[in-house]
Amino acid sequence: MSEVKYSKEHEWIKIDGDVATVGITKHATELLGDIVFAELPEKGSNVEKDGTAGVVESTKAASDVYTPISGEVVDINQTIVDDPSKINQDPESSAWFFKLKVKDKSEMDTLMNKEDYDKFAKESSS
Amino acid sequence: MEIKKTPLYKLHQNNNAKFVEFAGYQMPIQYAEGIVEEHKFTRTHSGIFDVSHMGQLFIYGDNNLTEDLEKIFPLDLKNLKINHSKYSFLMNDDAGIYDDLIVTKLEKGFLIILNAACKENDFKILSKLLNDKYEMLLDEKRSLIAIQGPKSVKILNNIIYGVANLNFMSGNWFSFHDQKVYITRSGYTGEDGFEVSILNELSEKFTKELIDKGAKLIGLGARDTLRLEAGLCLYGHELDKDKTPVEANLKWAISKDRVSKGNFIGFNKISKQLNDGVSKIRVGIKPEGRIIAREKTKIFNQSDSHIGEITSGTFGPSVNGPVAMGYVENEFSKKDTKIFLEVRGKKYPANICGLPFYKKNYVKGVNK
Repeated sequence: MSEVKYSKEHEWIKIDGDVATVGITKHATELLGDIVFAELPEKGSNVEKDGTAGVVESTKAASDVYTPISGEVVDINQTIVDDPSKINQDPESSAWFFKLKVKDKSEMDTLMNKEDYDKFAKESSS
Repeated sequence: MEIKKTPLYKLHQNNNAKFVEFAGYQMPIQYAEGIVEEHKFTRTHSGIFDVSHMGQLFIYGDNNLTEDLEKIFPLDLKNLKINHSKYSFLMNDDAGIYDDLIVTKLEKGFLIILNAACKENDFKILSKLLNDKYEMLLDEKRSLIAIQGPKSVKILNNIIYGVANLNFMSGNWFSFHDQKVYITRSGYTGEDGFEVSILNELSEKFTKELIDKGAKLIGLGARDTLRLEAGLCLYGHELDKDKTPVEANLKWAISKDRVSKGNFIGFNKISKQLNDGVSKIRVGIKPEGRIIAREKTKIFNQSDSHIGEITSGTFGPSVNGPVAMGYVENEFSKKDTKIFLEVRGKKYPANICGLPFYKKNYVKGVNK
């Protein structure tokens, strides 16, 4: 049980037991360009589905990062704060943003699977 | 109004450019490698910038023209040598800046390089100020290609022999495939480099030769990070009608001799500000952490009073950290003054710093 799901705001999320890992998609990094700044939510804070949970900035502009589901932030990836270029290099794996203790697993049902997201990403960028 | 394209549009497309509309033109913001790589390549090798959207204004005339232009620009144009260039401003009566520009003296007149967004208005203002006495040509038949970075001199000299002998802020006519090109040693990146005014029909051929010799196309995105690291102003951001050259900390560009004699537009205000000081002034700003403070970010002092605003801010790839410029109240403009920048509702510490952020590498004395 570790299917990756995707949001319309270009985040990916992967659930492992009670804990979900969230990051931004490769497609998002391609839209943003070189990422030079990342801000993550505070450990221990609670985030609400579709609420702001961080910021990424490219040389061009700042963009909010949203959380696809609600939960308590149990871990953050300090390495991407220290070296934001890692997000461009490996967005959908080692450059994850934060981990959540999941509040309501059914929120996952509102998200897209890979096939649907790829289609969505293609359509929204054309 | 239809969006204009430069003669290099196809070449940009073929090089996977991402485009953005800028001053009515479809311009490349970046290519496949991205802003950071393009920026670093320019600092270490040689970058090609299509700046054909900028205005190339030729004004033809004799000594009367020189005298009339001195009533407009705070420059000592009488003593400017032929083929030498000066940075200056077109101002209103209150010394507010309509445009910043480069004036080059030619044998039969002057060439003035204008910002794309301002060029039509500049033309109107200048025609009126000169009473239509002189032949003026805002030349749309020529492209402007900048080549910037330490390897540029070798690359360009291979294609057009003799450019290596030019000094910074001087130029000359050269030839490319039997057509005249005007080349100045100048630029907007803080690096050694050249700007090449060339007929539209030849601009793609010329640019392809530069690429064959190892230079790479660079977009407006990296042009902005490069100029910001070099502490150079961008019209519409650091400069506009509500700011004067003295406030913009550009008094070095105003001829001392001309200030002592007056008789140019904006003189009263400039003279007053030079004597009495200014209430706000442009400074360099270095945030303490990695936070990026963009244009319009509010600046506060240590007692939490609002003292100014950021006019440009980004991540500087060569500085490897955030950099910004802005205007603050004069009393807080001293180097190392601690300030705070309000970003997304939070205040982050920063310091006033000297400019440039990145040391300029201009070549000044090759041909003395």
